[in-house]
Amino acid sequence: MSLITTLARLEAVDSGRAQPLATVRHRHLTDRPLVLVPLTTAGEAGAPLGALVGTDRAAPRLITVAQPRDRDLRFAFLAELAEAVLPHIESYADAGEPAERNETDPGTGKKVKVEVELCTDAAQLIVPSRAGIDFVRLLGRSMRFRRTVEDDPDTPYPAPARVPLLGRWLTHYGERARVPGSSLLLAATDLLNRHWATGQSSLEDQHLGALLAWIDPPEGEPGSAAALRAEAGRDRAGQLFCPPAGPATDPAFDNRLLAPAIERYDRARTALATAEDGLAADARLGELSGAEREIRSLLAGVLRPTWDAVWRGLDLLAELPEGARAEDRWTRDRWSFTGHRDRVRAGEPPQPRRDDAVTAAQKLASRETAQAQLEAQEALDDPLVLAGRRLAGEAFVGVVTDVEMAYSESKRPSPRPLVTVRTDERPHLGERTKVYRSLDGKPQTAEFVAYVPEESEGVLDGGSADEEILLVLRITDRMGRGKEPAPGSVPEPGDRFAWTLFEHDQRGGPKLPDPEDTPWTHGGPPGAAADGPAEKPDPVTAEDLL
Amino acid sequence: MLATSLGSPAPFGQSQFALVRGNAFEKKVKADGGTELLRLLFERLGSGADAPGEATVPDLTAAGPAGRAARTALALREATAAGGWALLDHPMLALEVAGSPAYLEPDAVVVHPDGTWTVVEIKSFPMVDSSADAAKVGAAARQSAVYVLALERIAEVTEGAEVGHRVLLVCPKDFSNLPTASVVDVRKQRAVTRRQLTRLTRVEDIAAALPEGTTFDPGCSPEELGSAVDAVPAAYAPECLAACELAFHCRAKARAEGAVETLGRSVRGELGGLTTVAGVLAAAAGKEGDPADPTVAALRRAAALRAEALESPGSRGGGAACH
Repeated sequence: MSLITTLARLEAVDSGRAQPLATVRHRHLTDRPLVLVPLTTAGEAGAPLGALVGTDRAAPRLITVAQPRDRDLRFAFLAELAEAVLPHIESYADAGEPAERNETDPGTGKKVKVEVELCTDAAQLIVPSRAGIDFVRLLGRSMRFRRTVEDDPDTPYPAPARVPLLGRWLTHYGERARVPGSSLLLAATDLLNRHWATGQSSLEDQHLGALLAWIDPPEGEPGSAAALRAEAGRDRAGQLFCPPAGPATDPAFDNRLLAPAIERYDRARTALATAEDGLAADARLGELSGAEREIRSLLAGVLRPTWDAVWRGLDLLAELPEGARAEDRWTRDRWSFTGHRDRVRAGEPPQPRRDDAVTAAQKLASRETAQAQLEAQEALDDPLVLAGRRLAGEAFVGVVTDVEMAYSESKRPSPRPLVTVRTDERPHLGERTKVYRSLDGKPQTAEFVAYVPEESEGVLDGGSADEEILLVLRITDRMGRGKEPAPGSVPEPGDRFAWTLFEHDQRGGPKLPDPEDTPWTHGGPPGAAADGPAEKPDPVTAEDLL
Repeated sequence: MLATSLGSPAPFGQSQFALVRGNAFEKKVKADGGTELLRLLFERLGSGADAPGEATVPDLTAAGPAGRAARTALALREATAAGGWALLDHPMLALEVAGSPAYLEPDAVVVHPDGTWTVVEIKSFPMVDSSADAAKVGAAARQSAVYVLALERIAEVTEGAEVGHRVLLVCPKDFSNLPTASVVDVRKQRAVTRRQLTRLTRVEDIAAALPEGTTFDPGCSPEELGSAVDAVPAAYAPECLAACELAFHCRAKARAEGAVETLGRSVRGELGGLTTVAGVLAAAAGKEGDPADPTVAALRRAAALRAEALESPGSRGGGAACH
């Protein structure tokens, strides 16, 4: 946490209200995000309990599992979830626009432009918390290797038709969420924490209810009191006012309400199975559906507050104008979305359990690039983020006081104007340190030449922090090809700019070998050591229950 | 209970679903005299020794924790002397913590024929594709390290015995209830715990420092209890919330005092000598503090930069030129 963020948190403590950490929204939000609020069964891996899902805040679709340990009911849940999620994804997958992509021609090894289709927009998925993102990944993992009857008629417990496909999509979303700055799958808590500083620790900020209490407290109540009520306030029956945002449920809810309801359901089911005639069966079927309804309404009761909280968070975020460069990152998300659509359409197998060495290295490198790019873009989009970088000496704002024309000493001299800048900041400049400014959205490079001793006294870097210093920069590019710099490409006295010490665009790292050329130090080419196991579905136990 | 009486009940509890599932899994792992458990252990840790066929499972029942701890020590000695495989199901171990004995109950301890004792920890969180949640594995490792320390006390007085620093973590595999196991090296956690145990203030010393007549009887009024708890010094940090029943109480106290630690331990490091929210804000606003103090100077710069970025029309100040 930088000092500027700490200061914002302290101000929030003092004012009883969250303080802004950004002046623009740094994540793209689509017009129609799909919100998913999942719940899981305590102690079970990948046994969902229920979910609210949908794009219309007034009409979420409630999907529940009456007995989470029953495989058939779990499959029915997943099939219904697929029905709710896949049509939404597919509606985006079908709308494309022509685009160009750089590819290496396998024959000549040259870079060529290829005409491809890019989805005009991508389906965005919002979950309440970071644990929700992990759960999406876990759900994806639990589904993508399942076999349906079509895949294999002899499979012992076939999954419903679209479940493996949903698993592949959720896996893709879960993986993409690990790329910094990506907006395909977002957690509401992460979104809010990026834009506001609360008066509590980042640990407590993971609680969606408490977080919203700080950002948008009820009239006349300090955020800390509202947050405390959201965290720990319980009604007379011992139930939380603000149920956890999931996927884990509150133990008091499990023990006092849910467990007895599931027990009633189990009893009703056993009774139905032992019913002797049609009349008795009818009556018991009524009991069974009554028990199921009760579980549904219980789950709806704890899901709905979180559902509303997510939408409230989205409303708050929508009030911020979107950062200029967020769109650029969203385009990358669209490429990622389109890429996965193409892989699914091409009939490629599901994502392997473990990435091979080259894929893993590629993912890591692209995430590092994305992180650096995100940091640079956020600072360029938002003066408040830039302020943090200025405080750290990684950027500075200064007024141009003098411009002196100079030329490079080559055969064809090119313009290398010397610009004197006055600033009261203390950037970490060394000899020939490169600095960048934004010129019509593109970075212009300059290098640091020297500090100017002002007047008689030499103010190098020993002056006190508030004193102004003069420094000379040499502009080195973006001035056109001619001997005279292109108009508008050289700063003029009186101009006030932000200069950054970090690059605006990120270059990718060195090229990685093809998977077939993986060196033996990294396990050799994939498929040589272990072929096949990635394809095998998880073993299923004969027991119906987990 | 104390926390509830203080008016800040702890946010903990365990769901009965998790409890049932955890117990069922442990029972499955230990079924048939621990055959499956020993197979996993031999697969992961068996070096040199013969594959365990039959393991003895000594009876460890006794009256009271002290009796059970003595019974466990005896069973360990006997099993080590016998030189075969033995599985101790829920043994009881004693460890001195801050001057008073604490009793610990590991899920199982296995005695190898060569006299090595291995702690077995059975957990119900899954290992999906051979990897589990790092935070949960870390917690299990710290827990096991305490068991290893307690076992070492017994091993010191047992001939031919040695406590393995590698513990066996047994978890459900992927999404099934089939057990899988992984070996966790707990040397680091053991060293940390050992050091912390020697540094703990003895309970008697804490008690001696309390005013005469202090009581923690939950029947007392919240005010009496409040002052009793306040008499024991505590250093609150947000991490406490995950572990301690009294965390909500301590947090309320720390917030009332305006301690900056309520925002996280790292914040304290950043702010140097300034320890209260009001103090930091006053220093940042230029009302207090010595401008020559680097922390104060940095705070003022931060406050000025933040104000500039927020105040500029349409929030387009220094960064305006960037667009």
